[in-house]
Amino acid sequence: MCLAIPAQISALSEDDTRLATVDIMGVRRKVNVELLQDDPPTPGDWVLIHVGFAMSKISHAQATEQLDMLARLGEASAALDEAGGYEFAADTP
Amino acid sequence: MSSPPIRHESLPAMKYVDEFRTPQILRNALDEIKGLVEPGRHYRIMEVCGGHTHAIFRFGLKELLPPQVELIHGPGCPVCVLPMGRMDDGLDLANDPEIIFTAFGDMMRVPGSKGSPLESKARGADVRIVYSPLDALRIARQNPARKVVFFAIGFETTAPSTALTLLRARELGVTNFAVFCNHVTIVPAILAILDSPDMRLDGFIGPGHVSTVIGCRPYEFIARDYRCPIVVSGFEPADILQSLVMILRQLRAGTSVVENQYCRVVPWSGNLAALKALAEVFEVRPHFEWRGLGFISHSALRIRERFAAWDAEKTMSIRGVSVADPKAAQCGEVLKGVLKPHECKLFGKECTPERPIGALMVSSEGACAAHFKYRGVKLQTAS
Repeated sequence: MCLAIPAQISALSEDDTRLATVDIMGVRRKVNVELLQDDPPTPGDWVLIHVGFAMSKISHAQATEQLDMLARLGEASAALDEAGGYEFAADTP
Repeated sequence: MSSPPIRHESLPAMKYVDEFRTPQILRNALDEIKGLVEPGRHYRIMEVCGGHTHAIFRFGLKELLPPQVELIHGPGCPVCVLPMGRMDDGLDLANDPEIIFTAFGDMMRVPGSKGSPLESKARGADVRIVYSPLDALRIARQNPARKVVFFAIGFETTAPSTALTLLRARELGVTNFAVFCNHVTIVPAILAILDSPDMRLDGFIGPGHVSTVIGCRPYEFIARDYRCPIVVSGFEPADILQSLVMILRQLRAGTSVVENQYCRVVPWSGNLAALKALAEVFEVRPHFEWRGLGFISHSALRIRERFAAWDAEKTMSIRGVSVADPKAAQCGEVLKGVLKPHECKLFGKECTPERPIGALMVSSEGACAAHFKYRGVKLQTAS
């Protein structure tokens, strides 16, 4: 729950502007990007995800650092489980 | 749904500073810390956030610091500060055969006075792990004949996601969904600690991810009125040491302001969209009970009246009684920083990550679990 998971935006959803497809450590998932409405992300941007919501835009270097940090804290597999568990947008194309 | 895994990944003990990605930065920071420490003075600095606690134990940072610099673990682990009474209220909902009870995996092994959500599940209750509150809402839409409750916990990092989920529930007209709201706010907890007579602190390592939402401004009056430096910090070892340098520099100079060491992620004003969602859905509770800290005024969020239809406290029967922690466990003292985790009588004996008695042994961000996992991890400054 408290994990901040770095992800890269692959595509913005055409049907629902609140959603974007992201790549989270190789897992593709839709996440909610409403909280970035003041500075909307574009494909290629890196974001930090908390419980299915992108909370902030970060640099590529910061994303790498956070991935490394999760691995060193022994939380990388928990982060993958979490990302793999987001199912809320599964019905949305 | 499988049960949440107990993680015991084999972690190499981090032995030498050279194994860090930025050994020279660390050495420089440590040298500066040593230079800033005044002879005869003892420094008590609290890291507020459980993520920092985890990193400090994992990287053995305490061992690197001069003995006069003491790190005190703060109340920023949401699983740990949830009082037994709220846990029991949640378990009552979980045990109701009409309800599908959803919660983050972190909550599943947290003991109430009569078992954990996982034990309720083993006895046949419909308890499901979700990774996002939006998944709880999805379960409600898929099961229109059942009531679905989401057990919401967390600081300002997760509260906006619950707010947006409630807004979505209203927009979609989902009537079989409710939130049992246990969101808490960090600033009143910091104030309660500063006001506590048995606690003297010289500075705070401020929370990283909470501050992406609330920004740095809410801490300004604390720094000013309590003359206590606060440095919002990242989670890397170099970040934490750099934040300590910034705090010690302030103490040396006799200043007390808020500084943002983690400005590469935390904007000074926070996330305005998140703050707007919080304000629309939640209001501040007059009081809320915290494990170890007791009742703290204005320290938690409740769902506004206009969302009452989705508020489990309004639409469902909840006892709302205070329940004392097991007598032998000293979670409260550890949470307040009065006792170190290993000074609790149960630590590592009756209370372990496999069989936790107190919540601090459950979450990886809990001081007890972190202390247990990384016992013996010691750093040496090889040079």
